[in-house]
Parts: sequence; structure tokens; C-alpha cells
Amino acid sequence: MERKRLMPAALLGRKLGMTRYFTEDGTNLPVTVIEAGPCAVTQVKTTESDEYAAVQLAFDDVKPRRSSQPLIGHDHKAGVSPKRWHQELRLDGDEAAGEYELGQRIDVSTFENVKYVDVTGVSKGKGFQGVMKRHHFQGHCASHGTQRKHRSGGSIGGHATDLGTGPKLKKGKKMAGRMGGEQVTIRSLDVIAVDPERNLLLVKGPVPGPVRGLLFIREAKRLYRSKAKLVNAGD
Amino acid sequence: MNTQELIESVVSDQLKSDADVPYFTVGDTLNIHVRIIEGEKERIQVFQGVLIADKGRGINRMLTLRRIVANEGVERIFPLHSSRVAKIEVVRRGDARRAKLYFLRKRIGKSRRLRDQRRGLKHTTS
Repeated sequence: MERKRLMPAALLGRKLGMTRYFTEDGTNLPVTVIEAGPCAVTQVKTTESDEYAAVQLAFDDVKPRRSSQPLIGHDHKAGVSPKRWHQELRLDGDEAAGEYELGQRIDVSTFENVKYVDVTGVSKGKGFQGVMKRHHFQGHCASHGTQRKHRSGGSIGGHATDLGTGPKLKKGKKMAGRMGGEQVTIRSLDVIAVDPERNLLLVKGPVPGPVRGLLFIREAKRLYRSKAKLVNAGD
Repeated sequence: MNTQELIESVVSDQLKSDADVPYFTVGDTLNIHVRIIEGEKERIQVFQGVLIADKGRGINRMLTLRRIVANEGVERIFPLHSSRVAKIEVVRRGDARRAKLYFLRKRIGKSRRLRDQRRGLKHTTS
């Protein structure tokens, strides 16, 4: 258990798509299939070398000509073939960093006893969207004399009120604009199955991003409140 | 193996084998044995109806059955590969020219019936 805490279960992966999964009692679960790992450790950072402890994971072989000279050299130092994606995982301290070594292979079996994971990805770009879709505004009445304003956001407030002074609106005012294409973390997804042979991880529900998009999967740090309630009720 | 094949292979062990699923087509009358779990106990309920739609492939395959209960049309959709579908029996072979028999919803009385395939197509009218 102690060792587990030192090495948080985390991997890079790729979203493959969704399907359904029947549990033994016939319950139908929506699941996302993720190709998780195997990842290679390409760099270990300690407080001595970098003033913080972290480990860099790399995933997915890539043709050398698709990589760059500096990256190829970086991967070569760890003794692994060129990789497409590299991502850092912060660790608690040097003690944890000491558990990792360059070129170490980490595969999906690290998730074998994990019940919940957090999945991070870049969401699909939605383009320029109105406030109803982008910020879940309510919009206006369909009738009662509403004209041409059914989906508009309404007043954006006075130009001096929110900040107290100045000719500008308060920063971060929710308006229409580009939506999606940003980093999203879905927390506390149930792990349905782990398949070390084919490097597959099945989680319940959807995850951000397009099929074949990069995902960062790690053991759930803590469950969000309503999920924790559900779990406690189950026990 | 491409992505789609890989996803299908993940759930392939959940599929019912061909031996468990008899041959049937849209228009047939089926008995579907549904496993119902009530707390600890488990019992089987049979739903009999005309297969009016057979949708989806692989694990997503869904059967829509329609029957008349107390003069009221009832439709139920079953995921074929769910373990709650315990057994499927063919009661009667119906003859249908369409893949989806949604027109049956509007039919009332005797016209609701489909031709029986056993009698042959030539000599019967619907």
C-alpha cells in the first residue's frame, strides 16, 4: 500500500471509442475504450536537479522523421525509441521519484486495483457558440412578446458597476465565443475493466476529446462530493 | 486491427453465441424470457410479441417487440446480448416485406395480423 502511494497510478493513453458493457446482472453500462500505455519513463526530476520532484512519461512510438532532433536525443537518453507525447507527473517528493528509473516501462496493469480514475483530455472544438450552449444561460421566452432575443444573453451589466471604475466591463464576463478545444478533466470515472494483454482500459462514461485523441489518466485523487456520497451509500 | 475492430473485440465475449439465438426475422412472433431480479430472488417473465424492428449490429443489437395488452399496444425494446434476455423462442413465422413494421401501430382489428409464412405466399392475403 505504501509503495502504491509513492507511485501514483498514471498513464498516457489514446481514446479509441465508446461501446456498451453488460454487467453480470445485465445492467447496461456506457463505456469508453482507452488504449492506455505502455508508457516509458523518459525523465526523472528531483528537488536536487529541478527543485521539484516529477517523472516524465512518454507514449506512442513515432517515426523518427515525425519527431525532432532534440526530442529524439531526449528519448535516446532514456534508452527508448522516439515517442509522440511526453507529459510530466508531479510527485510528492524525492522519495517517490527514486522509485522510477529512466526507460522504465509502465503499462495498464498499474490500474488493476484502482476503482476510480480522473481522465484529462482536450475537448472537441465547438466553434463560435452562443451563451446558451457555452455557459448554460437560460435564454428568453419563446413567446410572451419576445422578439429576436430567444437565445441571447440579456444585459451584460453597466460598464462601471462591476469593477467600480473605468469604461470597461468586468473581466471574464460570460459571452458568446469560441467553445471547446480546451483541457478538460473528468473526475472519478469508474474503472470497468483492465486488459494488460492488449493495453486497454475501460472506463464508465464519456471522456473529453476526439477518437484517437491523447488522454492523461490517473488514479482519482479524491472523489467529488456527490460521487463520494454515492460510493458511501453503496458500502 | 483497426480501432473499430479492437472495440468490438473488447465486448465480443459478451455476445450470445449463435446457438443461443434462434433464426428469426422481422414479422415473427417471439417469446422473450426476461430475467427479473428482485432483491435476492430471480425469476423469469415471458414477453410475447411481434418483432417489428431488429436494429443495430454486434453488442448494440436491439429487438423491438409489440403486443396488445388489454386493448393497449405495448412495445418493449430488448438488448439482445444482455444477460437479462435469458432465452428467445420463435412462436410463429410471419411474412413481412419490410425491415421495420411500424405501420402495425396504426392497424387495428384483424388487419393487425401478418401472413403466416407456413401457408405460402401465393394463396394468402394480408
